[in-house]
Amino acid sequence: MLITRKAEFSASHVCARPDWSEEQNRLVYGAAANPHGHGHNYSMEVTLEGEPDPATGMIFDLKALKEIINRQVIGPFDHRHLNQEVKPFDHIVPTVENVAIDIWNRLAPQFPAGGPAKLRNVRLYETDDLYVDYAGGELS
Amino acid sequence: MIRLTRRYRFSASHRLHSDRFSAAENADLYGKCNHPYGHGHDYVLEVSVTGPVDPKSGTAVLLPALDELVDKLIVQPFEHHDLNTEVPEFAQRVPTSENLVDVIEKRLKANWSAYFASQWPRLEKIRLQETQRNLFERTI
Repeated sequence: MLITRKAEFSASHVCARPDWSEEQNRLVYGAAANPHGHGHNYSMEVTLEGEPDPATGMIFDLKALKEIINRQVIGPFDHRHLNQEVKPFDHIVPTVENVAIDIWNRLAPQFPAGGPAKLRNVRLYETDDLYVDYAGGELS
Repeated sequence: MIRLTRRYRFSASHRLHSDRFSAAENADLYGKCNHPYGHGHDYVLEVSVTGPVDPKSGTAVLLPALDELVDKLIVQPFEHHDLNTEVPEFAQRVPTSENLVDVIEKRLKANWSAYFASQWPRLEKIRLQETQRNLFERTI
């Protein structure tokens, strides 16, 4: 069975590589390359997979899940400039893909093998009209 | 691999009516959607693609290219138009949302390689919301 918890954070970013020309950055990132940055109300859906414990009737304590998400993601990301204030975005472009992968990497160790649930999917909305799903695994 | 989903909107009118059936049969089959002068919807189209994340750009898809492709082939030709009379594929075909998903898939596939030269990203899913209560989806 799957359970999903939603959470939101607001952050600013710039999508551009300093070693690329302005033209190249615009081709790849569009308006997201504007040099002074811009922001989004990000929204995420964290999905866990497991079987309900027969005693509690729960897969995972949602209070605990909320705390994990707050500690690992919302705390470091909310009302921050991702490029300036959140590693690894000092040297990795904070595209919606890379932010989702980083959220996965921050959350996955919190759900080790043998625990009650495993991390199944991270969905990250950058806007209402753009989101990615990352379920771990190979990137290339 | 990562999956990226982009949402697009267009408003269009249509009428569900097939020459294969009598007037009474059409009225019975399509109900209100068969009313003679047509009606419209604010469609929401979700296009999902999958692919590897390029380590340099941090992207799985050239978003400006995807936006241009969908805008040119779907949004502009459909936005504030009548599907029955102004979209050639519906000259002989009922513009149900099932058929609309099919037309959208064919248009995107036929032009995909002009926008995306390599095997990635792959068009994975098309999901069309006709109203907030009617959703149509095809995994490709």
